[in-house]
Amino acid sequence: MPTVTRWYLRTALVFLVLAFATGVLLAARAPLGLSAALAALTPVFFHLIFVGFVTQLIFGVVFWLFPKHTREQPRGSEPLAWAAFWLLNGGLVLRVVAEPAQAGAAGPVWGWLLVASAAAQWAAALLFAANTWARVKER
Amino acid sequence: MPRISVAFIRTALLHLVVGFSLGALILVQKGTSLVPAAWRLLPAHIEILVFGWTVQLIVGTAFWILPRYATKQNRGNEGLVWLAYGLLNAGILLAVYSPLLPGSGWILLAGRLAEALGLGAFAANAWPRVKSFGN
Repeated sequence: MPTVTRWYLRTALVFLVLAFATGVLLAARAPLGLSAALAALTPVFFHLIFVGFVTQLIFGVVFWLFPKHTREQPRGSEPLAWAAFWLLNGGLVLRVVAEPAQAGAAGPVWGWLLVASAAAQWAAALLFAANTWARVKER
Repeated sequence: MPRISVAFIRTALLHLVVGFSLGALILVQKGTSLVPAAWRLLPAHIEILVFGWTVQLIVGTAFWILPRYATKQNRGNEGLVWLAYGLLNAGILLAVYSPLLPGSGWILLAGRLAEALGLGAFAANAWPRVKSFGN
């Protein structure tokens, strides 16, 4: 398994645990009488699952197992795969921090961090798709 | 990789980019309030990423990788799976555009029915292929 895939898969597992910790906290809010402000974590919970775990796991496994691109570059561009990894995770971490902060005390700093998060995750999707496209081919 | 899987997986990659683009617009709106219309994209964002990206990628990869038969049509009835491809993607389009069209409830229903029939056609192909190799 290539190194970048190991990073994707282990990070996906970390986000899986974080997602369910967040989910438990959200579910505990009403029965334990916790702060209503915790509801701001709801979109974070869904994105930890869908981006941090599911999409990340797919990115890692696809890079590892899809048909070879060429003999010289069997998995396409490894630097692109690393760039997608850092952009996806940097963007997601920014969101996890800035989204609840913006909901609690809206301000330009948190707002522009959300814009940076959006741009990073969007770029990650684009780089992954570009790097994978040529490997999706008939044999 | 068979041609049908290429179609499913490349379409999934397109949905990934479109779905993340819509999500980025929604997040920009959350951060800056510069694009208030972005909230209307939320149902499309979810539909495209759940069905267009994730489910479609799984279906395409499963058709490619599940155990094959020792016959000429070694992945079963390909026509059924092309039908699944058409129905799934037509269903996604109908569901995505339904809020913008008159009679949106009926259009969403038609979209969900198309998705359900498409995924049923895929399941009918995949079911007998879920077996140990060589059987």
